Amino acid sequence: MSTRADASPGSPPGLRVSVDLNLCQAYAQCCYAAPRHFRIEGHEALFYDPAPAAQDRDDIERARVACPVQAIRVEDRGRGA
Amino acid sequence: MAALERAVIVGAGLAGLRGAEALREAGFSGSLTIVGAEPHFPYDRPPLSKHVLAGAIPAESTALPHGLDADVDWQLGTPAAGLDRRAGTVRLADGRALPYDRLLIATGTRARPWPNPHEGRLAGVFTLRGRDDAAALRRALAAGPRRVLVIGGGFIGCEVASLCRKLDLPVTLVDPGPTPLARVLGRTIGAFIGAIHAGHGVDLRCGTEIEWLEGAGGRLVRAHCVGGGRIEADIAVVALGAVRNTEWLDGAGLSVDPGGVDCDGAGHVLDAEGQSDPQIAAAGDVARFPHPLYDGRRVALEHWSHAVAQAAHAGRLLAGAPPDAAYGAMPTFWSTQGDLVVKSAGLTQGADAVVIAQGNPATGRFIALYGRAGRCIAAVSVDSARWLPAHAELVAAGAPFPPAGAATDRPKGVAILDPGFS
Repeated sequence: MSTRADASPGSPPGLRVSVDLNLCQAYAQCCYAAPRHFRIEGHEALFYDPAPAAQDRDDIERARVACPVQAIRVEDRGRGA
Repeated sequence: MAALERAVIVGAGLAGLRGAEALREAGFSGSLTIVGAEPHFPYDRPPLSKHVLAGAIPAESTALPHGLDADVDWQLGTPAAGLDRRAGTVRLADGRALPYDRLLIATGTRARPWPNPHEGRLAGVFTLRGRDDAAALRRALAAGPRRVLVIGGGFIGCEVASLCRKLDLPVTLVDPGPTPLARVLGRTIGAFIGAIHAGHGVDLRCGTEIEWLEGAGGRLVRAHCVGGGRIEADIAVVALGAVRNTEWLDGAGLSVDPGGVDCDGAGHVLDAEGQSDPQIAAAGDVARFPHPLYDGRRVALEHWSHAVAQAAHAGRLLAGAPPDAAYGAMPTFWSTQGDLVVKSAGLTQGADAVVIAQGNPATGRFIALYGRAGRCIAAVSVDSARWLPAHAELVAAGAPFPPAGAATDRPKGVAILDPGFS
């Protein structure tokens, strides 16, 4: 299969989130900034939504910026155009 | 740089993707082809054994964010089958040959299969490495099995077993070693972590080996242990580690074996005579390289952060913008086991002593610091990630072991323990 993608190979429109869990120290600031997309279970096990809906980008951006160790990476593939 | 140059990246996982990004960021403007054995665009593996199995996210939502534009030729679903360095081509399984001027080898690993292929094909027997594996196992777990048998007490085995308990599924974890994680962490720390899992209801059977898997009507019904004993289970997860994907390099004249493809300190691959091939680099799980933090010992590391960092290094190298120093990032990894988080910095291999440097295993939260010949070589945190960086600094500096210093919650009179590697 040869796939020469048009614009956004591998990612549908919307948001992609990845967290470097080596860096994460469970300060949980993302959980306050975007509680529907980040949560801590136990003492420090972070669970997060890697593909949030596009309309939640403000919450996700707040979470990214709030992270004291800058472990959150966000890719924004536009507003679904 | 000639704009018409061709770069080929073999492996469409994390390392291949980050290598491609680095190549472009360093100014490579030629053609870029990424070859992947699976039909999927690059995805993130760590969530597969955690979030995906838990049902929190679907397997397909693990696609990795990346910074590549549309000017990439993705050859997905077609594994590489051979390398001809004289012709400068990568041969694909469908017979096509892709010419390259610069090549990144990032083919990673695959799950080690159950040794008996007939038993391994029984319905209910799984391995866990790829996205499709995770989706299939998730469906099986969601169907409410009577009991899950996890074969192998390494990190994946511990993650799956503890996750089953989160899902309230009965689970048995068997490992021939004395404790879970004994090979990587030693039996002293392995026993502490095993006790935490047992406390959450994992039926832990150490010193136990599965002899054969019994099926009925093509489905797993039970496992038979060496020396007798049976475990009634309708799901078995074979977690026996990984096999490096190096077979496609047979006959290419490189220094390669099942332990990986050898690289020099810069990141170029070595040929069978030990000479560097300046057109080819390797990165990620498949690359074996001399680690400067560990006296140049040759290691191949199956860590997420390593795939990212080494691939970034290799991408720049291939772009003709080599980094100033040899690749030598501190090895780090994390493992989410149920609600428990285990993190590590450094390599425990060869440790001759370990101390509980902070916290207390009895509370389930502690830092273990490993020493070798009087130097700190690795630190492992259990639900204590915030304290890991300070100890990782001791490892990076090769600080004297046992360390001085006095954390307030440090046990009095720190005992120097045998780490229990055998």
